[in-house]
Amino acid sequence: MTTLAPDDAKSTSKPAPRRREIPQNRSGSALKQSENRAAYLFLTPWLLGIVGITGLPMLASLYLSFTDYRVTAAPNWVGLENYATLFGGDRRFISSIWVTLKYVGWSVPLVLIFSLAIAVALNRGLKGLAIYRSLFYVPSLIGASVGIGLLWKEVFGARGVVNEILGWFGMAGRGWVNSPTFALPTIVALNVWTFGASMVIFLAALRQIPESYYEAASIDGANAWQRFRRITLPLITPVIFFNTVLLLINSFQSFTQAFVVSGGSGGPVDSTLLYSLYLYQKAFQQLQMGYASAMAWVLLLAIGIGTAFVFWTSKYWVFYGDR
Amino acid sequence: MATAKTYDPEALASQRRQRRNARLLRHLGLHALLIALLGIMLYPVIWMIFSALRPEQEIFGEMGFIPTNWTLENFTSGWQLYGDLTFTTFYVNSFIICALAILGNLIACSMAAYAFARLNFRLKWLLFAAMLTTIMLPIHVQLIPQYIFFLNIGWVNTILPLVVPKFLATDAFFIFLMVQFMRSLPSELEQAAVVDGASYWQRYWRIILPLTMPALATTAVFTFINTYNDFFSQLIYLTDTDAMTVPVALRLFLDPSGGQSSFGGLFAMVLVSIGPVLGFFIASQRLLTKGIATQGFK
Repeated sequence: MTTLAPDDAKSTSKPAPRRREIPQNRSGSALKQSENRAAYLFLTPWLLGIVGITGLPMLASLYLSFTDYRVTAAPNWVGLENYATLFGGDRRFISSIWVTLKYVGWSVPLVLIFSLAIAVALNRGLKGLAIYRSLFYVPSLIGASVGIGLLWKEVFGARGVVNEILGWFGMAGRGWVNSPTFALPTIVALNVWTFGASMVIFLAALRQIPESYYEAASIDGANAWQRFRRITLPLITPVIFFNTVLLLINSFQSFTQAFVVSGGSGGPVDSTLLYSLYLYQKAFQQLQMGYASAMAWVLLLAIGIGTAFVFWTSKYWVFYGDR
Repeated sequence: MATAKTYDPEALASQRRQRRNARLLRHLGLHALLIALLGIMLYPVIWMIFSALRPEQEIFGEMGFIPTNWTLENFTSGWQLYGDLTFTTFYVNSFIICALAILGNLIACSMAAYAFARLNFRLKWLLFAAMLTTIMLPIHVQLIPQYIFFLNIGWVNTILPLVVPKFLATDAFFIFLMVQFMRSLPSELEQAAVVDGASYWQRYWRIILPLTMPALATTAVFTFINTYNDFFSQLIYLTDTDAMTVPVALRLFLDPSGGQSSFGGLFAMVLVSIGPVLGFFIASQRLLTKGIATQGFK
C-alpha cells in the first residue's frame, strides 16, 4: 500500500527485461530523491523528538546510572556501585521488586479473566450491547486518575463503603488501606476494576469469529463450554497475547494509585511501594538521580525480559489462523 | 439439538417457540448477572456522588444511601480550598496543557505518519522499527535527564516540558495508529493529485489528512484523556501552587494538614475532576469504542 505507482507496476504486470529498457531511470531516481527529501521533511519533528527527547536522554540516563549524581554537584563516575547497592544492600529496593511482581502477577491474570468472561457474555447476542460496553468501559477512563485513587482510599478506608457492606452481612471490617496485608490487594482491585479496556478489545475479536463455526460445532453436539474451549479460545489467542503484553507493560509502570492510596509513602510498611514509586522517591524526593537512573535501567531490562519471555512463550500457545 | 424427523408444521413451530423461550430465559439471567456486576462496580462512584451532595457531617453517618438534605455547599467549599487559589486556576492550567498537547500530537504525529505510510525513503524500515520500539519504552529511562535539562533551561513550573515534546511526536503510539489508518487509503487518491501537480505537502494536507479524520479524532480524545489524567510528569514538573493542574492539586487533599478535614469538599472536587473525561467520552463514544477495538488502545 505504501509503494507508489512505479513500484506497483514493477511487481505486477510488466516483465522484468522490458522495464530495464525503458529509459525511465533518471527521472525515476529524481522522483525518488524528491520523495526522499519530502519524507525527511515530514519526519523532522519526530526525528528531533526521538533524538532529543528520547534517545539522548536515554544515553544520559545510562551514563548517570554509573555516577553518584545528586543535582547539587557534578556527577562522579562510580562504576557499578549503584547497581551493586541496589542488589546488594538496598532492602527497600528488593522489597519494591516483590511488591511489583505481586501486583503484576495478580492484576494481569485477573484483568484477563474478567475482561474475557464479560466479553464472551456480552457477545451472545444480548440486547443493549453498546450500553453495557460503554458502562464497563467507564472505569478504564477514570481509573488512572488521582480522583479515583482518592475515592478508593475512602471506599476501602476504615469507615468506607466496603466495611459498610460487610457490616450488612455481619462481618467485621478493617482499615483495608492501612493494613500491610490488604493495602496492595486494594490497589490490585483498582487495577482489575479497569478491565473494560481489555474487554473492548476482546469483544472486537470475538465478533470476528464466524457464526458458522459455532453452528457447525452445535450440530456436532458440542456444548457451550466445548465451543468456548475449542473454538473461541484458540481463535482469540493472538488477542490474549496482545492484551497480556499491553497489561504487562502498563502494570510494571503503575504509579499513581499506589502514590495516592499510600499518600506517597508506599506504606504501610512499604507494602504498596511499587517500583515506580520507589524510583520517584529516590529521584525526586531524595534527589539521588544517579541511583534512580540505575533503577530506571533495571526496570527497562525487566520489562524487556518480561515482554521477550511472553513473546517466546507465544509460539507454544498463540494460534495464528494462517499457519 | 434434536432435529425434527417429521415435517409437522405444528411441532416445528412449537419447537421453535420453545427454543426461543429458552434463549430468552438465558438472556434474562445474563442481563441480571451483568447488571449486578455493574452495580457493584459503579457503587463506589454512585456513593461518592451522593456523598458530595449531602452535608459534611452526614457522609459517614447512618443517614441512608440517598441524601435527605441535598446541598451544593461541598462544591463551593471544595472549589476554594486553598485560600486565594481556587480550582479555577487548576482547571485553566489543565485545559491549556491538554489543548496544546492535542494540537501537538495531531500535527507532529500525522506528519510522521504520512511519511511512514505513504512515502518511500531511505532507512524507512529501520526508522519505523525505532518508532515502534519507543512505544514500549518506560518513560523512566528518559525522565531524569529530561528533568535535569528542563530544570537547567528554566522550564520547571512552566507548561513547556509537558507540551513541547508533543510537538516532536513523542507519543509514538498515535503515529502507529495513524500509519495503520493512512495505509488503508487507496493510492489512486494521491495519484490524481500528482497528475494535477500537487506537492507532497498539498497531498498530505488536502487529501490524506481530511480522510484520516477518524484516526485524528481518536488521537485527540485519547490525548485529552491521557494528558488530563496524567499525574507522574505533572507532579514532577509543576510544584508551584499556581502552576498546578487538577490532578496535582487534588493530591493536596492527601496532605493531613490540608483539606483532609473536608470529605465533602474532597468528594465534590473528585466528582468535578472526572467530569471532563466522562463528558469527552460520552460526546465521542461511538468513535472511541471503534478506535479501541481496532487499535487496541489502553
